[in-house]
Amino acid sequence: VFESVLGAIPFDQILIQTINGIVTGMILALVASGLTLIFGIMDVVNFAHGELFMLGAYAGVLILSATGNFWLALVCSSLLIALLGAAIYLVTLRPWLGRDPLTTILATFGLSLVLQNYALWQFGPVARKIQEPFTGHFDLFYLQYPWYRLVIAGAAAAIIGALWLFLKFGTYGIWIRATTQDRVMAEAMGIPVPWVLTAVFAIGSGMAAASGVLFGPLVGVNYAMGTDWVLKAFIVVVVGGMGNLGGSILAAIFISLLEAYASLWVSPAQAVIVSFVALILTLLFRPTGLFVPTPK
Amino acid sequence: MSERRHRVLFWAGFCVVVALLAVAPVVLPEFWRRFLTEILIWGLLAMSSDILIGYVGLISFGHSAFFGLGMYGAAAALMTTRPPSLWLALLYGLVAASAVAAFVAYFSTRLRDIYFAITTLIFSQIFYVVIFTWTEVTGGENGLTFSRPALGIPGLFSIPFTPSVLHWFVLAVVALSYLVLRRITQSPFGMVLQSIRENEPRTRAIGYPIERYKIVAVMLSGLFAGFAGVLYAFQNQFAAPDFVFFLVSGEVVIYNVIGGIGTLVGPIVGAAFFLLLREGLSRFFTEYYLIPVGVIFIAMVIFMPQGLLGFARRWLNR
Repeated sequence: VFESVLGAIPFDQILIQTINGIVTGMILALVASGLTLIFGIMDVVNFAHGELFMLGAYAGVLILSATGNFWLALVCSSLLIALLGAAIYLVTLRPWLGRDPLTTILATFGLSLVLQNYALWQFGPVARKIQEPFTGHFDLFYLQYPWYRLVIAGAAAAIIGALWLFLKFGTYGIWIRATTQDRVMAEAMGIPVPWVLTAVFAIGSGMAAASGVLFGPLVGVNYAMGTDWVLKAFIVVVVGGMGNLGGSILAAIFISLLEAYASLWVSPAQAVIVSFVALILTLLFRPTGLFVPTPK
Repeated sequence: MSERRHRVLFWAGFCVVVALLAVAPVVLPEFWRRFLTEILIWGLLAMSSDILIGYVGLISFGHSAFFGLGMYGAAAALMTTRPPSLWLALLYGLVAASAVAAFVAYFSTRLRDIYFAITTLIFSQIFYVVIFTWTEVTGGENGLTFSRPALGIPGLFSIPFTPSVLHWFVLAVVALSYLVLRRITQSPFGMVLQSIRENEPRTRAIGYPIERYKIVAVMLSGLFAGFAGVLYAFQNQFAAPDFVFFLVSGEVVIYNVIGGIGTLVGPIVGAAFFLLLREGLSRFFTEYYLIPVGVIFIAMVIFMPQGLLGFARRWLNR
């Protein structure tokens, strides 16, 4: 009996879905860590984050078609969207920072409407394709698994690792952490807090853009692609604990794995419900987030 | 004396507005009559959301779920019974919307501020995905079409819903809902809700069970949102998953902010302003009207957070 149960489990499919889940999980972690960084440091819930992701992907399309170099597109698009993020922050958020966080939800929601429709107007409803930088495959059971997917996971991990090192050891990273802990004290110590906040918003935007470019080759670039991602990133950020970088990364992989396994049995559109249920259970039993130490 | 004068003025104003809206379908051409009915329905939805935003201080991004469930509930009644019954449609729609509201309220009211907004958003997406993918029952992406019931009381009278009759019916529902909601917000219950908005820890310290008050507020809000959904089903004779998508909730929040939160009539004015703006702008910007609308919305959030009717807030709530 035991052997027949063991035989019924499709180990090959589970392994494939594990790899798929980790790949999307790393992209999601990249999106969510930008979101949680922005939230953790300035209490701004950035509804327009998905739109920055989408615009980043479009910027990648344009730069790629102009230069033909994927990695150049990745870097330039991140820088470009980081600048856009800084501009958005300076114009719509910074002058009103002391206000209720709910005001910033509304402002960024309006922003996401504007940006999304701008993309629709500028680029049209047809999805654009980003050519992946290399097309090699390796054999995985009955599949030809593209190397590029593993490279995405690696690149996302590298960016997140670089961010972590920067926050931990870089002078400006220490400024950012100091501002998160106590804004007034940081200002008293001579840290230019307004510029730190602007820089954080720019970094978060750049990370969203980088994930957009990396993810582009898998699905095609579309004006509405940001909406799905921002919703998923919200789930991740709440499940991982708001403003907690490590928690969001773990939660991103956890949620993506759940969805990947669920899509073995149901359609991917319905697999989303699994992550919704994970969110509800988290809110019920650990409202502070799954991956944070229990508050004393 | 001043209290009495205020009351006379308020009721006079109320009667004038309702009378104007009642006369409108007789004089207006077909397009604008339909437009006006639509404004009233969206206004009712926005008003239901105002209970949470304006009086409890919770921003709901999940009202599309209540609205949509009201719509699909009415659709279920209209499609299964022959001949379609108005009252059964209302019953099904309201029961569906309040059941969903109870479910959402139970989970989401444990959280505050941003967390509440995100949770309601995610919940409405759950219902969206379920409705979108459960094609056998909900018609999936194509939605459901059905026919309008007749307005009547069984055994007494029955008249068909012409556009004008429908308009009057909607107007009656919206006007009554306004009076009921206004009464509720002025009641001791409403006062507790407002004190939760002003200072939650202190309200808790006084001894009010805050969670219970919030759950009731969300359910009440969901009930009226479901009512709007039923009316919309009567008006358009179809139900589609697009109305459950969270962007609808976002538009409802926009109506509230534009019109002025915490006034109940403000959201209706906001809905009218938004829909007129959309109508006007879509002539120049075709389908991209959301770009200028979004810009105006951001500007209003920043420079005019009290909205169009915010100046009259105290007067209207007295």
